[in-house]
Amino acid sequence: MKNISFLVAGVGGQGTLLASDILAEVGMEAGYDVKKSDVLGLAVRGGSVLSHVRWGEKVASPVVRKGDMDYLLAFEPLEAMRGVEFLHPKSIVLCNTKAMPPITVSGGDEVYPTHEQVMRVLQSAAGTVYFVDASAEAERLGNLKVTNVVMLGAFSTLLDVPRKTWESVILSRIPQKYVALNQNAFHTGCTLAKRSQQS
Amino acid sequence: MNKVLLSGNEAIARGAYEAGVQIATGYPGTPSSEILATIAKKYKDEIYAEWSTNEKVAMDVAAGAAYSGRRTMVTAKQVGMNVLSDALLYTVYTGIEAGLVVITADDPGMFSSQNEQDNRWYAKLAKIPLLEPADSQEAKDFVVLGIGLSEKFDTPVLIRTTMRVSHSKSIVLEGERPSVPQEVGPFVRNQEKYVCTAMWAKKRHPVVEQRLVNLARYAEDAPFNHVEWAEHSLGIIASGVTYAYAREVFPQASFLKLGMTFPLPEELIRSFADSVEKLIVIEELDPFLEEQIRAMGINVIGKEIFPPYDELLPDTLTQVGLESGLIDEVKGMTRSVIVPTELPARTPVLCAGCPHRSTYYWLNKMKMPVAGDIGCYNLGCLPPFNAQHTMGCMGASVGVLHGMSIAGVPEHAVATIGDSTFFHSGMPALLNMVHNQSRGVVIIMDNGTTAMTGHQDNPGTDWTLQGKDAPHVEFEPLVRAMGVEKVLTVNAFDIGEVESGLKECLAYDGPSVLITEGLCAQLDRTPKPSYMVNPDKCIACGACLKLGCPAILKADKVDEKTGKPKAEIDPALCVGCDICRQVCPVEAIQISKDRESQGDR
Repeated sequence: MKNISFLVAGVGGQGTLLASDILAEVGMEAGYDVKKSDVLGLAVRGGSVLSHVRWGEKVASPVVRKGDMDYLLAFEPLEAMRGVEFLHPKSIVLCNTKAMPPITVSGGDEVYPTHEQVMRVLQSAAGTVYFVDASAEAERLGNLKVTNVVMLGAFSTLLDVPRKTWESVILSRIPQKYVALNQNAFHTGCTLAKRSQQS
Repeated sequence: MNKVLLSGNEAIARGAYEAGVQIATGYPGTPSSEILATIAKKYKDEIYAEWSTNEKVAMDVAAGAAYSGRRTMVTAKQVGMNVLSDALLYTVYTGIEAGLVVITADDPGMFSSQNEQDNRWYAKLAKIPLLEPADSQEAKDFVVLGIGLSEKFDTPVLIRTTMRVSHSKSIVLEGERPSVPQEVGPFVRNQEKYVCTAMWAKKRHPVVEQRLVNLARYAEDAPFNHVEWAEHSLGIIASGVTYAYAREVFPQASFLKLGMTFPLPEELIRSFADSVEKLIVIEELDPFLEEQIRAMGINVIGKEIFPPYDELLPDTLTQVGLESGLIDEVKGMTRSVIVPTELPARTPVLCAGCPHRSTYYWLNKMKMPVAGDIGCYNLGCLPPFNAQHTMGCMGASVGVLHGMSIAGVPEHAVATIGDSTFFHSGMPALLNMVHNQSRGVVIIMDNGTTAMTGHQDNPGTDWTLQGKDAPHVEFEPLVRAMGVEKVLTVNAFDIGEVESGLKECLAYDGPSVLITEGLCAQLDRTPKPSYMVNPDKCIACGACLKLGCPAILKADKVDEKTGKPKAEIDPALCVGCDICRQVCPVEAIQISKDRESQGDR
């Protein structure tokens, strides 16, 4: 069996690492061998965050080669664009639409790509690209922090793992008082994905 | 057995638990910090863990504990080993009463370090065994094996991880904790072993050499060195995570996988070399294995094809493999054709509400030379501040400042150093400034925590890693007691206080200390209203943008006269630190009315 490889990309503070931890653990619960590798560095100070996650019968390397990523789960469009070099023509991309301009744009002279540019780059590199406005949904649920769980909800519809497995892994990592919020967030994500896949 | 997904660092913590370790010490440093954090969180009742003031102190504490009969572990990042090494080198001569392992977490690729040194050389220098785990299971198992080796051979043992081992996660089968003594006996009086005075230490050196010979013999059948046979046309010697990469890139090759990389099993290597047509060694950074294997008279290909810098990720191995004809093609992989696009960089920045911001704002304005140090505040070297002109290692800023002073640099220079870094190694350098009558301003940026590595405790916090209360060491009386006469403490969130304090210290003819106090934004939970820019008042002067605050953005609205963009504040990011309001020349920044009532954070 070929490994399934995931690139999870986001900005420090978006819960990217928690999401990739959950993705890895879901793989383990689904019976796969699992490895993941995070690049943290100074990410907590607003830098880029990248995680490689792999599921398979036997995974050797925690780091994936360029051209070998089957999925890109991106919490931010610019970070999604940084990840395209890892994709192959059949890769599937799920990208949050909410842009977070880096300080080189917001306070400097660099220019943030337009949505059309983001779309063009992602579509030229991958087989299928879905956009979801997970941040808006999270805000509607009352907490921007659950953007990552909304994204995971949407992402879960692309994979062949029972929803129960996802929910139990997510809830095992969430403090009791946020359980309802995260359940809602996951459910919202699932619905969101179905809508964007139909459109 | 329980099956869990652990990072290498979490697995090392688990290994300490399963090895019967009772004491763990260290100083925080990426990528090693999560080891002690995990111990304190999960195994607090079984293992005493502390953040010592620096790595050398941590190693001395560990030596004392291991001499006293407790199994002990010390953790450091790769450059932390430089600080630790003085203490390590004497424990090699003394040996121990109970197992002692030292963890060095190296950083090939330099994700968060000032250099890319290869700490495997420390094993050779110190003449101690070296273990290199490749994944989390091995990280856990090697701590248990390391404690065993340490006690069997009466030596400290070095375990070397890299960032990709420490920060990668893989599945681990958990084991049990052995029974360990609750109490230790009276301290052993064995002066000829534990007092490294020359006359006795001289007798210990042959013991160290004989131990190495015994260890090399042991390595031949050690459980962590093994051969995985496949085709005999290519044989690969590898260790650590590089082994995992190579396994993927060269699936047809036979492997000699070394878990113990010093001392080496010569006969095992020789028989492997004799059984393959072509022998290569794949190792990140230095030709540590290669040089030793060549010294055995074995012909091996290594650094002539693999770069001696950066990580040797699967992509690099593939490229080298193709270029050197080791592989013909990569099966089943088609890369997307990517049109290269210039993307705006996402550099790390000082957080919104960071207490360091005001200091670098002024240092940038005043244009004096700044000797920098290790911590979040190193970001002061980047735009918009560009206000650090040297940075080398922990505590270096203060000594470098004194060097500038005695060299006769015509400008009045400044050192910037954080609270934990000052305790770590800034203090001896400040005493040196006092004693040798230097001139210059040492700015102690006290944010009340060891922020960059994950908010660990230090002597300036009122708690310990064990969760116990601790006396909060105050900087002002401390530096006064060290003989500094000019000492000022200012509120880091009051831009005027920082400016006047800095000017007063700069005017002083001698060593002075400016303490800028302000709690790390990540720890400050006081609800404060967020701010907004009144677009009618904003004159688009850009003063607030020069603060480099991630919450302050260029607005779409422009100033009619200049055509420059006005500023706006992202209410989701603003934490209400007030600094931007203070630098605005036209009072355009004010508390956001709709957020005021919520005290939103």
